[in-house]
Amino acid sequence: MQQPNKLSPFFENLNFERDDNTMVINFGPQHPSAHGQLRLVLELDGEQVVKAYPDIGYLHRGIEKMAENMTYNEFLPTTDRLDYIASTSNNYAYALAVEKLLGIEAPRRAQVIRTMLLELNRVISHLFFIATHALDVGAMSVFLYAFREREFAMDLMEDYCGARLTHSSVRIGGVPLDIPSGWMAQIRKFCDNVDYELEHTYNALLEENRIWKMRLEDVGVISPEDAMSWGCSGPMLRGSGIAYDIRKEEPYELYSELDFDIPIADTNDSYGRYRLYMEEMKQSTRMIRQLILMYDETEPQLMAHAPQYISAPKEEIMTQNYALMQHFVLVTQGMRPPKGEVYVPTESPKGELGFYIKSEGEPYAYRLKCRAPSFFHTGLLQEILVGTYIADVVTIIGSTNIVFGEVDR
Amino acid sequence: MRKYTPKDNVQGKAYYTDRYHVVPSVPTFDVATDEVFSKHLAAIEAVVEVKSAKIMLGQMIVEINHEDNFKAIETLKNECDYAILSEMSAVDYLAKDGNFEVFYQLHNLKDVKRMRLVMRIEQGLAVESVVPLYKSANFAEREMFDMFGIVSNNHPFMKRILMPDDWEGYPLLKTYPLHGDEFASWYEVDKIFGKDAREAIGPEIRDQAQIDRYDTKRFSRVGYEVPFGADISEGETETPIEYSKTLLVDYTKKSGKQLDKRK
Repeated sequence: MQQPNKLSPFFENLNFERDDNTMVINFGPQHPSAHGQLRLVLELDGEQVVKAYPDIGYLHRGIEKMAENMTYNEFLPTTDRLDYIASTSNNYAYALAVEKLLGIEAPRRAQVIRTMLLELNRVISHLFFIATHALDVGAMSVFLYAFREREFAMDLMEDYCGARLTHSSVRIGGVPLDIPSGWMAQIRKFCDNVDYELEHTYNALLEENRIWKMRLEDVGVISPEDAMSWGCSGPMLRGSGIAYDIRKEEPYELYSELDFDIPIADTNDSYGRYRLYMEEMKQSTRMIRQLILMYDETEPQLMAHAPQYISAPKEEIMTQNYALMQHFVLVTQGMRPPKGEVYVPTESPKGELGFYIKSEGEPYAYRLKCRAPSFFHTGLLQEILVGTYIADVVTIIGSTNIVFGEVDR
Repeated sequence: MRKYTPKDNVQGKAYYTDRYHVVPSVPTFDVATDEVFSKHLAAIEAVVEVKSAKIMLGQMIVEINHEDNFKAIETLKNECDYAILSEMSAVDYLAKDGNFEVFYQLHNLKDVKRMRLVMRIEQGLAVESVVPLYKSANFAEREMFDMFGIVSNNHPFMKRILMPDDWEGYPLLKTYPLHGDEFASWYEVDKIFGKDAREAIGPEIRDQAQIDRYDTKRFSRVGYEVPFGADISEGETETPIEYSKTLLVDYTKKSGKQLDKRK
């Protein structure tokens, strides 16, 4: 008998040699196509998957536990580490949940900036998806081109908040910084650039590419019923023909004022989902263009005025006694939201990212649950991988667009 | 006298609370104020006993008995179009009243409504699994078991999900310290080398700033470099630092190397 809990390795395939002809293989946890620390235990009959078991938890850092031991503002930078491809969407989802609990609303300019950052992050995340998905499937050049554009987008994020991956660029009650000078012109240029590249590079490289279509079409088919039952959201849900986008149906921030379309794909397969991502990027740049115009009509206030919960602007803290006292209390003790519970869903690039916060009126959240879209999309793998071939496993994992920062939390 | 620290909740606590601090509450509304929700509530009331129902921040919260969870959710799914189980988990109230609060966050795509079904359950009792209704509960219930130790009956694969299979203790309980308990601190040592090796290896150093002056395997002093693992209990000799001339950049010069070309 083997002893799997010593350092000696555990050979699952001893059974394969003895009993029947199914082979158990470990896909990951260190596999370039596993998009992080995914250990997928696959039982193979020849090249066909008989059973798939996603084993997660290799990146578990106990973020929900940390939330119970941090004040609300302290916890915000931790949310960066959930979906680290598009950090701002996590910061925003958390900030919005706390704001709902507090009953405050960010000022108009902050809303414009936030929405713009959210869409910029969506482009970053979708570019990353196209890049890595194409790389997994075997189209190396798309990866290089898409990362070039993503680099420009991250430069924009860096110019705004100083960070490229872990932004923390949204605060509870608004945003900390105004747009730097010249940024609007740059983001406009970036939007033009992305639109051009989408049409002339990615589209030209992939859309009618024979290999790409052969690898993606009718692979990873998820029926609408399954998609709903497995709790799919975002592009995974819309890729199964269900037109549901939280930005449209339950609008938050400025999405009710923006003019954009919700693309859906009714082929239910990976190719439909890929086209969805491409179309969503176009919609994002379209929204950013509208937001640039909206920005000029706003007042310069960046943080909500709620002295009980949110510190006053810096110049007031430095000049006024009461503002300084409030700031001192809020920094040392933390804000105390009213007693209650809230679940706020937002449409992150991956799907429905929601924060459930239970507050008992203390400066620490009594319970915080992060509803991460990737977690449920990983659960789906155990069903859709069964019956597919080993070569398609990579395609399917790629097209679910899971990020392990938020699967394991 | 030593300050009393409660053992049943070892999570972060406010270090100071004003004597006259009154905790406000988020306003709640009667379910009758919302037409769609009252219809859904009536559907649940027809099959199970509802302990309380309210609307908080736009979402209905319905409390039921924990034995009725499957029946209630079945009704919500089949009659009220709650097609998606967005999330389910628990909240630890063991320190307060010896209960867990289990919640199911349901989502109705058709009417664009979200509701939360909550139920109180005592420690040690199991809930009925809702995997036959929503497959998303498969992972969510496993996570709840992993984090709180609440077992779901009739779950196809009730096993830990995020923590290792042989883990002891449930990390999201209020009694579980943030930095882990005794078991957690010795987990790797016990697993790899066995319990006997605890003494030889010693406890994990949690202080990130700790420096062992005489440990030449992990630390070295600038200007006093010695061979790896050398014994320096008798003191070490000074080694003069030789800087490479080629790597030094003179930043005082105007025409010096511009580091950030982008600007």
